[in-house]
Amino acid sequence: MIKAVLVMNTQGKPRLSKFYEFQPVEKQQEAIRNVFSVLCSRPEHVSNFVDAESFFGPDSRLVYKHFATLYFVFIFDSSENELAILDLIQVMTLIGVIGYQLVSVLSVLEAVNFWLKTVFVETLDKCFRNVCELDIVFNYSKMHTILDEIILGGQVLETSSTEVMKAIDEISKCALFPIWFLTCRLEASSNAINLVPKSVSGWRSR
Amino acid sequence: MNPFSSPTRLRDMIRAIRACKTAAEERAVVRKECAAIRASINENDQDYMHRNLAKLMFIHMLGYPTHFGQMECLKLIASPGFPEKRMGYLGLMLLLDERQEVLMLVTNSLKQDLNHTNQYIVGLALCALGNICSAEMARDLAPEVERLLYFRDPNIRKKAALCSARIIKKVPDLAENFVNPATALLREKHHGVLITGVQLCTDLCKVSSEALEHVRKKCTEGVVKTLKDLANSPYSPEYDVSGFTDPFLHIRLLRLLRVLGEGDADASDSMNDILAQVATKIETNKTIGNSILYECVQTIMSVEDNGGLRVLAINILGRFLLHRDNNIRYVGLNMLMKAVTADAQAVQRHRATILERIKDSDASIRKRALELVCILVNETNVKALTKELVDYLKVSDPDFREDLTSKICSIVSKFSPEKIWYIDQMLKVLSEAGNFVKDEIWHALIVVISNASELHGYTVRALYKALQMSAEQETLVRIAVWCIGEYGDILISNAGMLDTENPVTVTELDVVDVIEIALKGHASDHTTKAIALVALLKLSARFPSCSEKIRDIIIQYKGNLVLELQQRSIEFNLIIAKHPNIRHTLVERMPALDEVTFIARRAGSLPDAVLTPTGPSVGLINGVARPVGPIVDLLEINSDDAPVPSSSGGDFLQDLLSVDLSLASKQSDAREPSKNGTDVLLDLLSVGSPSAPIELPAQSNSSMVNILFPKASKKATHSPLDDLSSLSLSSKATSNAGAAPTMDLLDGFAPSPPTEENNELVYPSITAFESSSLRLVFNFSKQAGNPQTTNIQATFTNLASNVYTDFVFQAAVPKFLQLHLDPASGNTLPASGNGSITQNMKVTNSQHGKKSLVMRIKIAYKINGKDTHEEGHINNFPRDL
Repeated sequence: MIKAVLVMNTQGKPRLSKFYEFQPVEKQQEAIRNVFSVLCSRPEHVSNFVDAESFFGPDSRLVYKHFATLYFVFIFDSSENELAILDLIQVMTLIGVIGYQLVSVLSVLEAVNFWLKTVFVETLDKCFRNVCELDIVFNYSKMHTILDEIILGGQVLETSSTEVMKAIDEISKCALFPIWFLTCRLEASSNAINLVPKSVSGWRSR
Repeated sequence: MNPFSSPTRLRDMIRAIRACKTAAEERAVVRKECAAIRASINENDQDYMHRNLAKLMFIHMLGYPTHFGQMECLKLIASPGFPEKRMGYLGLMLLLDERQEVLMLVTNSLKQDLNHTNQYIVGLALCALGNICSAEMARDLAPEVERLLYFRDPNIRKKAALCSARIIKKVPDLAENFVNPATALLREKHHGVLITGVQLCTDLCKVSSEALEHVRKKCTEGVVKTLKDLANSPYSPEYDVSGFTDPFLHIRLLRLLRVLGEGDADASDSMNDILAQVATKIETNKTIGNSILYECVQTIMSVEDNGGLRVLAINILGRFLLHRDNNIRYVGLNMLMKAVTADAQAVQRHRATILERIKDSDASIRKRALELVCILVNETNVKALTKELVDYLKVSDPDFREDLTSKICSIVSKFSPEKIWYIDQMLKVLSEAGNFVKDEIWHALIVVISNASELHGYTVRALYKALQMSAEQETLVRIAVWCIGEYGDILISNAGMLDTENPVTVTELDVVDVIEIALKGHASDHTTKAIALVALLKLSARFPSCSEKIRDIIIQYKGNLVLELQQRSIEFNLIIAKHPNIRHTLVERMPALDEVTFIARRAGSLPDAVLTPTGPSVGLINGVARPVGPIVDLLEINSDDAPVPSSSGGDFLQDLLSVDLSLASKQSDAREPSKNGTDVLLDLLSVGSPSAPIELPAQSNSSMVNILFPKASKKATHSPLDDLSSLSLSSKATSNAGAAPTMDLLDGFAPSPPTEENNELVYPSITAFESSSLRLVFNFSKQAGNPQTTNIQATFTNLASNVYTDFVFQAAVPKFLQLHLDPASGNTLPASGNGSITQNMKVTNSQHGKKSLVMRIKIAYKINGKDTHEEGHINNFPRDL
């Protein structure tokens, strides 16, 4: 099972933290500090796995990925596949960006536009630098919603970005409109949303 | 309206926190926000509840206490609207945990929401339950969750499945209720539901053996078929990841198969085909393909034995090692390490590849590979593998050398077929990476050498040659010097020549020169010099013709700053000059060291653990400990039990430790002659070196620390001690013949109660307080007749670049202490350590011996007219003040 998901910036500030095994606040902070101190001293071009037994107890592994100014860190035990978790981070960052757009502007079309733009301009790094850190900070409750659609109770819930985005879109609408209003709108928007996934997988394979 | 409940927006708060430059500023902002939130909670402000909780979640992430918001979560959850509920559940998952009583209150709301008509609200409730469910909640809500496993919407079904997984983990008794719905989920077409269903089945099988039996009987076929369909399925855009159809589902299915196949031959049999198909068909040029393969290999390794498949699996791992992606090489090595137990033969076949990985560019991979190689070593391949490793040692980068060296040494000592090979390999390692060889390893080598009497000649000649080649390797120098000292005569005479050796011609002068170079080398530390001095003394007896030259060399050290060397120099000089009649017996060859005792002592390895320096203050202690060393030794000579050289070293070290760490503690017989051990020890320092400075504490402050950095002194304790103890043996033997030499050595010892001019006890000084800008050092002294009172001299040093004015030091002590503070030497502290202020204090400890000193201090000063305060708590006083 996944024990914790952490997102922190390169200065060691937590940007998103979720622990699936209960830890008191002080322990959480200590863990975040420990993880950061390990990560920031790692050179580039080495494997993404770190031995985490010293600060998360026996049978824990740590996988991280570094994007621009952010570290995405997963801590999990031996019942998970390290390489698959690495891929999950990719899914998460990806959905994080798109999901944010969906949630914040609440316009499917605009999200697609944004998406196409980033793909065409081919500025993956830039996209993360400009979008991710600040937006994760300012929308972290939304980020939590997204995370809850991907991982539940330490287990992977959904790996298809389409499904996740659909769910998030629905939730975000629920959050703004009365529920009766939603049911009729949903039908209309679901077609448009389906445009997104192809570019999603296309981006990831690059 | 309460002035505190100013409605800052969440965004503004985050901005304010991000704008903080220091942690203190951040704390202030958070404190203010928290106060506002509390006030708002107290007023029961409905409008801002939602926003308050959002703020609290952010504050919680930064690590501040947020418990006062817990009840707000519950209120929000109970409210009817979706946005409120969403925030409430998010807060519930983050701020609360399953251990809190409050959680019981939420069960009812959860139950209502699980039965809600709106599926999104049901989804929220399931999500929360899946994250924080406790055992009681699991019992109460299991029927609802079970019902939701049949819900029409797939999103709810998959959440319910993971919720069930959590429930059965909390309450395994409930497993049987979930077996039927879980197996039904395995027939799902929707991938998300299928993934979670497979996960639920896996968890069920883990908690309940009946469920495992049931699933194994009913579903193995189905799972194999699902996997087969998946592996052969055409392209489906929705779940495609780099050309693979839903790798996560692959992985989950393989994992379930592993659980089903473990310990059951039939089930394993039925999945062999599909495993083989997955293992051979998946392409390995993409990360994700490898993650499926990796999972498949794990499954193959744990299901019931099928030789062919296992070999296939291990070959896949072998291929992983050649992959260009670091991560894949890493998991490959990890998995191989586990596979060694299952099929060592198959892994041995990849030895060459694994050896290659030791040269990997990634440090963590190198480390793994090295560990794996060490596991693979056995009697038959040790020679080949060691050769590879030693060859690589020549080109490896410095960070890795230490690891590599210690591993080679352990392999060599564990599997060495013969002594000569062991000595050869160790010599190679020493001449390549002697600086990385740990103390216990070269100690072990010396033990082996001294036991291999037929190889003495060979070893000393090889060492002599190696020393010419690589004189910069400290450890090599030490061993070579030690051996030359012991076996110098064999080196000259070429005795015990082996067939394979080339004879060398060495004259006595050459040998003495070599030792002189080692003694005077810039790189040589204090231990090496001590060994070299002893070696010279021994050579002076072996080569009488060089004895004058040796004496000249030795005498140069009589003024050395290091007390140990100074004292040795003077003693040895006397022995050479005045006592030729006993010299030969005195410096006889060391008896063969007892290997058994050595190994036993190393197993205990006490000295190392205790002596490891931990900070500047301990470093100081070590500095003091050094000069005390020889004295304990000398005391030992006097007491009549002659120490056995090999086994006593460790005890000495312990003695030394107790001397410096707790001066009052019980000593062995060494303490008996005097009432007050410390004074005697101090007094004894003047033995044999009348000019030696008596004020030990002053010395230990500055110069000693610089000369005797902790590492050196730690190393130093071993060998000179051993040598000395051999000395003691012989001196005892001759003490009847001529009492003079012993008296020479122990001159100051006879008048037992020493009369010191300053009757003060001495303690190591401590750095009581240190911040980035200020350092405070305490020096202690005590009047001998009055153990309760301690005189403390505080020295303040300014480390910053500004001058401190109006400097005031205040101190407070608990009731059992009395403090008297004298006026300070000044109130202006020059910048950058260019001077200091001293201030004397007198502390009387009414509970002397029971409690140690503690002190709270406050320091106030002005920088450029601006007031500054620093506070601290000092509890690192020496124990028995």
